[in-house]
Amino acid sequence: MTKTLFEPSIRSRPVYGELSPRAGSAHLFIADGEGAEAITDMFAKAGADAPALLAKSHIIYMPGPYGTDLSAALQALGAAQFHRAPSFNAAELRIRKVLTDAHMGLQVYLAGTETVIGLAQREVMMAGLPFEAVQTEHRGSLSRRVQCVHCKGVTENVTTDPFVCSHCGLNLFVRDHYSRRLAAFQGVNIDAEDPGLVPAAVERFK
Amino acid sequence: MGLEFNTETFRNDFTFKNSPRAIRRFPFPFDRDDYMYSVNMEPHVPGRPGSVFEHMFDVDEHYVAEMRDRAQVLADDPLRCQSLPHMELAGWDLLELIMESKARDYPQWFELHKNGNRWHWINRPMEIEQKFTFLDPTTLPCGPMEYITRQAQGDFTLQDQRDDNLWIEAGMVTTQADWSLDFDIGMSFHEWHAPVPKAHQMGVFDRALKFLLKLQHGAPVRRFNWTMTVDPLLDTSPENYPKWGPTKTTLTPENIGNRQHLRVELQTLHRLPRSNAIAFPIRCYLIKFEELVTIPKWARRLHRVIRDIDPELSTYKGFIRNRELMVQYLSQFDDGAPTSPGWWPDE
Amino acid sequence: MSVGAPKIDVTVAEVVEVNSLIKRFRFVRADGGAMPPFSGGAHVVVEMEENGTRRLNPYSLMSDPSDTSGYSISVRRDDLGRGGSLYLHKQVKAGMRMQISHPVNLFPIDARAKKHLLLAGGIGITPFMSMMGQLQKMGQKFELHYSARSPQLGAYCETLAATYGDRVHLYYDEAGQAVDLDRLLQGQPLGTHLYICGPKGMIGWAKSRAEAAGWPRNTVHSEEFLAPPVGNPFDVELAASGVTVTVGAAQSILEAMEAAGVDAPYLCRGGACGQCETAVIRCDGHIHHHDHWLTPEDKASNRKIMPCVSRFEGKSLVLDR
Repeated sequence: MTKTLFEPSIRSRPVYGELSPRAGSAHLFIADGEGAEAITDMFAKAGADAPALLAKSHIIYMPGPYGTDLSAALQALGAAQFHRAPSFNAAELRIRKVLTDAHMGLQVYLAGTETVIGLAQREVMMAGLPFEAVQTEHRGSLSRRVQCVHCKGVTENVTTDPFVCSHCGLNLFVRDHYSRRLAAFQGVNIDAEDPGLVPAAVERFK
Repeated sequence: MGLEFNTETFRNDFTFKNSPRAIRRFPFPFDRDDYMYSVNMEPHVPGRPGSVFEHMFDVDEHYVAEMRDRAQVLADDPLRCQSLPHMELAGWDLLELIMESKARDYPQWFELHKNGNRWHWINRPMEIEQKFTFLDPTTLPCGPMEYITRQAQGDFTLQDQRDDNLWIEAGMVTTQADWSLDFDIGMSFHEWHAPVPKAHQMGVFDRALKFLLKLQHGAPVRRFNWTMTVDPLLDTSPENYPKWGPTKTTLTPENIGNRQHLRVELQTLHRLPRSNAIAFPIRCYLIKFEELVTIPKWARRLHRVIRDIDPELSTYKGFIRNRELMVQYLSQFDDGAPTSPGWWPDE
Repeated sequence: MSVGAPKIDVTVAEVVEVNSLIKRFRFVRADGGAMPPFSGGAHVVVEMEENGTRRLNPYSLMSDPSDTSGYSISVRRDDLGRGGSLYLHKQVKAGMRMQISHPVNLFPIDARAKKHLLLAGGIGITPFMSMMGQLQKMGQKFELHYSARSPQLGAYCETLAATYGDRVHLYYDEAGQAVDLDRLLQGQPLGTHLYICGPKGMIGWAKSRAEAAGWPRNTVHSEEFLAPPVGNPFDVELAASGVTVTVGAAQSILEAMEAAGVDAPYLCRGGACGQCETAVIRCDGHIHHHDHWLTPEDKASNRKIMPCVSRFEGKSLVLDR
């Protein structure tokens, strides 16, 4: 699977680029699922520079939401550090430790689903790097992390619009309005004015 | 100044109303018979005596009741007031601006005494007296922004300025036109305005941002915004939309004059000196249609504005479903006579 | 916005000769009131009137931002410049009345930073003096690396070292000392921001070293005020005002417009802020763009000009003002 193309949207909707090697003293990669291919593609393009880059690289990887697991290909790159985590949550404390110990000059590369890119970007921001300095590339599932603006609960892997909030049970439509701080899109009650009048759910974010 | 503060509510039995004086000084936002987005900023200099522009921060008959309503909103949902850690200094800037302005403009109600950084603040209408050390948050019951905005009408946001952009990174937001501080905090100028239709393509936000980045200390500016609200509900938050959204379906030709309110925001923008941040007070004024049509010029003009507004704007502002009802009601007060320029009522 | 923005009437309270090149001026409010507080890194525009020539030059504030009893600036004498610094050095004495702008900050602290790394060269030390006052009060981590030609010409070296101790690192060119920037950049914790103020060459060098070391653009901040350069006189037609002005050898287009009574916006008057950006209606000749504001594409297109610092050579220049 290659880089995802997105429809133009509102200004708060994140946009993603294509990973490319940058000068730096250390390189941290965080990816899930098909995001592994963004990393292997980048090293393939780096050519002769790849070994020097790999010697300063730390790759943290987790399977995608539908189980895609390309850890073998990533491990085969031979980075200085490679870690396969079962989930983002399981990798969170490791990521925090790496960022706490890091110095300016660190380059951060995030690839895979919006969920993992968003969660990792939030950690990097809290550690003090501007989010604009983080490279991102979207690959794989389009499923979304959505916060219910009413009960504040986050529903993971939302694929349909509208959907039912997994916390409060309201019918929510999914906006493209996105919060980096929450690493989530916004869900708003669709039938508040006409209770029960809910359009059929459409699979928009597979 | 014999202004008394109303005992009134903005929820449940909705006893809020405007006195004849409050109606005449209402900031009617339309200076002509049609409406489209514009940057429409002008210097926030003292205006006509008695008007809402007379002072830097207007304190009116609704002050005490609005502050009581704010306290209730915060008790129900403390996330309506948030400040990212780096915004504390901007909070002190705002506290200083509000305290100094109110003590200067309304000495009968507010007093500020300074001895170096030892400050003594008196707010008589709210029966508050506080001695504290300026810039030391441990000497206040809560953060400086929260402390002072629990005593000031209107919502407030604080924008940090960096990388040629503005970032909404602190705020007290309990009287909002359907936007969530908790969700938007941390966003850049174009991001938090992203859901607004049309204005981006018109370049309104590019021009506004360019203007605001150069906003100078000592030279605040102001503009209006407006929307429609059923019942005098200050807290029209997205958080509570399932509670207030359904009231839109209960309007009838009989009750619209009493229940439909024009909601006007007097927005001012101030460069803050110590933090270089920008303070954005958003003061909300409500007026029911029955009160508004007592000013013939406004009745005629509002009828024409609502009748002719771009449907995309009435959808975004959330009143498309009652637009016809509004136009019908207001049309009784429009005899087709020309209106005078500007927003002031005819003498 | 600057047109009509408030000015502050001040009295010169003190003029101190810091060394053979630098004088410090302290301004207090003429009405005896308090100055507005300001943010570290801010500057004011000082108005000067000499034999009918009006100059408005920006100078960084160096006093403690929370000290509202007055403002201090330090001015390095430029014997080859247009005369603003010479006027301040030779004509301005304690007791004189002057006008200054409200503080404006084009070089603010990034309050999110975990640490602030300050790099100063020569008179570029001044904005850092107010910044450090503020950072110290806010309990923030910072470190100053300050290069000067010699201890004699290094303004405030001793005061700074005495106040801030081992957070201050001094380098003297004449002693063959220089900051080991690459090593310095490598050892900073994540979330550090770099601030650079000094001569043009030093700013360019430090920015390129930071980029090579992998520092994100948004973590590197610099400020350089340009004095409007001198050059040959030329004419400018102001289409909206319907007048043609002659820009003198030691005058900027902005100053020539003001002298002709044309209201033009400005903020920094040093090519940094963008406020005076003006559309070029016709250009038959060459615009010498001296500003930091316009993009290279803008400059190449000759469709925009910054009248505070840029000049023109050629047949005719028509501006939309």
